Amino acid sequence: MTELLGIPPQLLFGQLLLGLINGSFYAVLSLGLAVIFGMLNVINFAHGALYMTGAFVAWLLLSYLGIPYWAALVLAPLVVGLLGILLERTMLSRLYKLDHLYGLLLTFGLALIIEGLFRNAYGVSGQPYPIPSWLQGGFNLGFMFLPVYRGWVVLASIVICFGTWFLIERTRLGSYLRAAVENPQLVRAFGINVPLMMTLTYGGAVALAGFAGVLAAPIYQVNPLMGQQMIIVVFAIVVIGGLGSIMGSIVTGLGVGVIEGLAKTFYPEGSATVVFVLMAIVLLLRPHGLFGRTRT
Amino acid sequence: MQVSRIALCAAAFGLITTGAQAEISDNTIKIGVMNDQSGLYTDLGGPGSVEAVRMAVEEIGGEIAGAKIEVLSADHQNKPDIGSSIARQWIDQEGVDVIVDVPNSGVALAVSKLTGENDVAFLNSGAATTRLTNEDCQPTTVHYTYDTYALAIGTGKAMVEEGGKSWFFITADYAFGHSLEQDTSNVVKENGGEVLGTVRHPLSSSDFSSYLLQAQGSGAQVIGLANAGGDTTNTIKQANEFGIVQSGQQLASLLIFLTDVDSLGLDVAQGLTLTTGFYWDRDEESREFAKRFAERMNGQQPTMVHAGVYSGMKHYLAALAEIGDDGGKAVVDQMKKMPINDFFAKDGVIREDGRMVHDMYLARVKAPGDSSGKWDYYEILRTIPGDQAFQPLSESRCPLVTQ
Amino acid sequence: MRRLSTNLGFGVLFLAFMLAGPYLGLYPVFLMKLLCFALFACAFNLMIGFVGLLSFGHAAFFGMAAYVTGHAMLVWALPPLLSILLGVLVGAALGLGFGLLAIRRQGIYFAMITLALAQMVYFFALQAPFTYGEDGIQGIPRGTLFGLLDLNETMNLYYLVLAIFAVGFLVIYRIVHSPFGEVLKAIRENEQRVISLGYDVNLFKLAAFTLSAGLTGLAGATKAIVFQAATLTDVHWQMSGEVILMTLLGGMGTIWGPVVGSAVIVTLQNYLAGFGSWVTVVTGAIFVVCVLTFRRGMVGELVHLLRPRPRVEPEPKPAERAGEAD
Repeated sequence: MTELLGIPPQLLFGQLLLGLINGSFYAVLSLGLAVIFGMLNVINFAHGALYMTGAFVAWLLLSYLGIPYWAALVLAPLVVGLLGILLERTMLSRLYKLDHLYGLLLTFGLALIIEGLFRNAYGVSGQPYPIPSWLQGGFNLGFMFLPVYRGWVVLASIVICFGTWFLIERTRLGSYLRAAVENPQLVRAFGINVPLMMTLTYGGAVALAGFAGVLAAPIYQVNPLMGQQMIIVVFAIVVIGGLGSIMGSIVTGLGVGVIEGLAKTFYPEGSATVVFVLMAIVLLLRPHGLFGRTRT
Repeated sequence: MQVSRIALCAAAFGLITTGAQAEISDNTIKIGVMNDQSGLYTDLGGPGSVEAVRMAVEEIGGEIAGAKIEVLSADHQNKPDIGSSIARQWIDQEGVDVIVDVPNSGVALAVSKLTGENDVAFLNSGAATTRLTNEDCQPTTVHYTYDTYALAIGTGKAMVEEGGKSWFFITADYAFGHSLEQDTSNVVKENGGEVLGTVRHPLSSSDFSSYLLQAQGSGAQVIGLANAGGDTTNTIKQANEFGIVQSGQQLASLLIFLTDVDSLGLDVAQGLTLTTGFYWDRDEESREFAKRFAERMNGQQPTMVHAGVYSGMKHYLAALAEIGDDGGKAVVDQMKKMPINDFFAKDGVIREDGRMVHDMYLARVKAPGDSSGKWDYYEILRTIPGDQAFQPLSESRCPLVTQ
Repeated sequence: MRRLSTNLGFGVLFLAFMLAGPYLGLYPVFLMKLLCFALFACAFNLMIGFVGLLSFGHAAFFGMAAYVTGHAMLVWALPPLLSILLGVLVGAALGLGFGLLAIRRQGIYFAMITLALAQMVYFFALQAPFTYGEDGIQGIPRGTLFGLLDLNETMNLYYLVLAIFAVGFLVIYRIVHSPFGEVLKAIRENEQRVISLGYDVNLFKLAAFTLSAGLTGLAGATKAIVFQAATLTDVHWQMSGEVILMTLLGGMGTIWGPVVGSAVIVTLQNYLAGFGSWVTVVTGAIFVVCVLTFRRGMVGELVHLLRPRPRVEPEPKPAERAGEAD
């Protein structure tokens, strides 16, 4: 067996691939977080909780109504999106004029409420969600056995990420959104309903989190703590990528997953810390993140 | 106000008063059942253990010599700080006389120390670490059902003898996992095997794929799972997803409970070798207990932890009735004098280090075709006699053992 | 003058209540927990309330101080006060380190950097051998004070903890009302102007952050001795969230706000402990209600009601807008 730096290549490539899978979740979540920050200037601490809600909605649909995975993939993000719209209309929209920190604190509180409710109802041991039959099995890639489902997760995430990027950066609707961020008064003068756009943006971005939740359900089990375990890492990714930068968050999300994979191969003890070290370094060298634009 | 002040003083000097008098303090016997009631160890203990204690209490009529028996319960959430602050409050404010169950070795060690300092009995069924009866032993602690030494001697030895010579461990990173890994490594090495490596994961993890990949990369014949409850079932499921067993490596589920097998399903769990202190369908007496338990638990059959809690509770109450004193050390001393003969143990003895010695069983999970239905999961391969199953007293590191 | 006498009045009342508490049937361990968290919140308030920087990483100082004190007592068998002092030093040193990295950033960036740094400390605590990972340091002996007073005697320990709280609180009071504190408040109100007056603003902020971290360390070290344990809960980011809530609820930038806030939260946690995760839900709900309806906090709103001023009060301003920095 040939070895790279004392590590069997199977292990290295395997960990990198697993890193890419984790990175897909990071990318979808940090993308939503970046969109929300870009458009609403809010750091959405509830993002992890809404990701978890997506997984739970899928699980509830399956176990109580028998609604299968592919339908949940559409329905759960819708439900989470509607919940997001409700939260934005009733609470978040009152804070736009205040310091950003209040948005952070409000969504932190919301995250605790959502998480606590699910913990009360279902405990923290995790509910199993079966892998749909048409995504079971796996490929033997030579260096590792790749379960079909995990391949599907990477594919679906990348499609969703670039779809969102295209929507915002390359379509007319996206250009309104970006303009509304730069100069809300002007856009309103053109007869565009800016508050409605903000509401829809928040709804859309948390729907992405819900989608990621459904993708995660068969892998991680449906657990009230799954969002909490994710959110801090995703925060770090958004900061590394540059607050508000959409492409930055996608690329950084995938990249951090891969770097974590590397760390798991060469220095497993440090794999959980590596993202925070990266963040500290990036902030010292490039305070606005790798892809951040300095906004005036 | 006066009353509560006196009560407080009484609590503050509780150590002196309870130690001095041979009677049942405040004429009640308070039993505190503490375990995981919301997390990964809920099914193997949890509400079932509380129900097992209630059964034991009801069967002796709810009182001893006019002293009423009360049962409290609490969820320690697998956090040692939460567990010890519950225990402290129980001891200081509620006047609890015995704390029962306490799975999660980390929490159990914290509780054992507190109960030892305050002369409160501690009847552990759920935790596994051998430290409870070695360097951290207490005169008030009884370790009733099983421990990591017994698991290693059972499953570990059996698998090495079947040819699994090289091992890789996936270990839960806390007292229990370390203890189980250590004891199993010793057994593997003593029997001519070798340990190629180990990887540690945080308690209650969700994704085991990268650990499994490391285990696979090691080329070991056996992957030893030094974890429990939800962690074990998740590892086994994901090993299945990544085709680990199909590619020729064996899984050694060093600690697996009946409820874990139930949640895995026989398709996934079949063929696993395991060590247990109790199986409900073993003989007439065990079936009789299981039937009564299941009637109160919506048909769920008891795990070894549930059975140990019930048997230990009966034994505690019998010893207490014998001496009419609820001081922790006094009751435990009495418990050590009386042999245990019931559905759980034949001629079980509690040693001076607090270890309850009884027969253990090596079992194999049935294939779906061999099972007659839900809960018919184990085939008992052989009985491991108590004197072989547990660490010999001569090797004990417990200061209480006179050598 | 009036402010001084009001604060003195509150102080005497609070001290009297705390001295009498155990004899009124209140559980001393509960009161000690309350004192530790009140001190923690006061120390935290020094940053958010008087400098205007939201740290989301104070659990790191609290938890690491607890670990070090526990280790000093258990392994090195040092006397309690020396062990606590070590905890304070470790808290302050960590604070200095965090501060050097983060102090130039403001608003959300400051919050997120401190969060990330604290998370690094958390993983260090998870891995380092002396913290015993998930098990935590357990069975920390309480020791004897000056070789005379046995701290295993609950009431002895209680008065020690009360004294530590009083000292910590007075230190914070002195800092806030010193010329140094006046500069800090000026930075909160208008940083540019303070710079133009020739002050090295970052140095002032760094000093304040280090002091805040050191005092947080004092709270964490004391907690380790009270509960005889130092565990991962103390370094987890939810602990940072909890202290923010206590300060927010009581009133940021007020002297007594954090004490009131922590008393409410600790009492609530105590009574809700038996109801599973409802504690989390209620905590979250308080956060939401605070942010939406009374951002000044309980004490802040009270002060505002009692002393209406002719000019329009600006919204409390914990930090500058993010992105305006640099």
